[in-house]
Amino acid sequence: MSSLPNPAPTVTSSSQAFWNATAEGRFTLQRCTSCDVVVWFPRKHCPDCWTETLSVFDASGKGTVYSFTIIRKVANDYKGATPFVVAYVELEEGPRVMTNIVDCDPESVTVGMPVEMVFHDTGEGNALYRFRPSAN
Amino acid sequence: MSIRGAAFIAGIYEHPGRDLPHHTIWDIHAEVAIGALADAGLSMSDVDALFCDGTAGFGVLTLCDHLGLRPSFVDNTETGGSSYLAHVGHAAAAIAAGKCSVALVTLAGKPRTGSPPVKWAAGPETGFETVWGTASAAHSYALAAQRHMYEFGTTSEQLAEIKVAASIHAQYNPNAFLQNVVTVEDVVNSPMVSDPLHRLDCCVVTDGGGALVIVSPEIAKKLGKTNAKILGHGEAVKHTNNGRIDLTHTGAVWSGPRAFAEAGVSVNDVDYASIYDSFTITVLQTIEDLGFCEKGKGGEFVLDGGLVAPFGKLPFNTDGGGLCNNHPSNRGGITKVIEAVRQLRGEAHPAVQVPDVQVALAHGTGGSLGSRHGSVTLLLGQEDA
Repeated sequence: MSSLPNPAPTVTSSSQAFWNATAEGRFTLQRCTSCDVVVWFPRKHCPDCWTETLSVFDASGKGTVYSFTIIRKVANDYKGATPFVVAYVELEEGPRVMTNIVDCDPESVTVGMPVEMVFHDTGEGNALYRFRPSAN
Repeated sequence: MSIRGAAFIAGIYEHPGRDLPHHTIWDIHAEVAIGALADAGLSMSDVDALFCDGTAGFGVLTLCDHLGLRPSFVDNTETGGSSYLAHVGHAAAAIAAGKCSVALVTLAGKPRTGSPPVKWAAGPETGFETVWGTASAAHSYALAAQRHMYEFGTTSEQLAEIKVAASIHAQYNPNAFLQNVVTVEDVVNSPMVSDPLHRLDCCVVTDGGGALVIVSPEIAKKLGKTNAKILGHGEAVKHTNNGRIDLTHTGAVWSGPRAFAEAGVSVNDVDYASIYDSFTITVLQTIEDLGFCEKGKGGEFVLDGGLVAPFGKLPFNTDGGGLCNNHPSNRGGITKVIEAVRQLRGEAHPAVQVPDVQVALAHGTGGSLGSRHGSVTLLLGQEDA
């Protein structure tokens, strides 16, 4: 549970800037300059109002667990890491993002628990954003 | 314009095989096509429209070549396991528009004995969803189950009741992959796959396939196959909604009302329902979303044999469903339609045949509750329904 693999993500021209920032320990979000909504996942338009001008800002890295599962058995890169937690974390800024919860006993994870972001280097110029329990 | 009464399902065929090591998927497509046409009293030369999913080679091009068809209308709609219910609605619309009069829908797959999982091209979301270790649909559906439990107090024992009901039905189906009746204890004591889903909360993995023949009213009358009139169809795509995914409901909240409105019937008119059952949670959420009970009360609804045929509140999946009978190609949509037609014809097993079925519902959920899925609801009825 302590050592999850760090597979490199599929990076596209639309997500390149996002993933580049993770190498510096930053999780960036886009905000629509027209309707002000926070956009997730990164793209070149706002899926709420279809404006094509978005601004970028650094997220706080804080959130709460929206839902989670403990994966007991798997046949991919994570085979040796079971049991581990996959979750949706609701960021302070709003979006619910898929991720792992780390640095804790999987059995201790609960819906609603406060978490904070950590970065795990993939060795390919970016890092995976994961979350660990936080005080509040 | 509506498709109500514009078409009938005149032919059905479910491949009896569950392990088919010596078939190609093309063999299966051909066998189920021939079987459904024979059931309708038609032949391959009568077919003027073909519908299949996106997993079959180059789709309709490959299949027309293989089957020797020259249709005037084709459709490759791909919404996962709900595709085939969408195909029925689209076929009815095409028949209503005069584009065709005999539509063939086929499904085939071999997840047990040979077909590697279908590799989809990467989407814009791929980098954000495929690096966290999820490898099967169970992992994603588990996220939906966990949140439903958190918000509404749904329990593993309640989810287990759905599997129990399916197993009670499957004991009468000699082709069912799992034919033993199980208890709530069996389900909750089976190995945890992805919390809170146990192994027995998951559908079976089977080879096989199925086919449907949808025809114009004139042809249905000529064939004497008027038990399964298409009353209404609704579809919807539920997705992550710009980071605001709500894991407590399915796309049935949109596809259901569309289908009921077109059919001009309500949940109270439904005598039998085929509910997509990739996992027990899929059934629970769908029952709520279609309006058979209040949101969050699905766990109570399924207690005390609520889903058990013939006399439960909502007799469901009388073939044993995907949970016990068959989930060919990891897709349960076509078998949902087939069993609904059997119920309308009075051809279900006598032990689970619901008396005097006037209106039957079939619902498909294809893709994933934990990210995005296609939801399709069909309402079928007797000729005078």
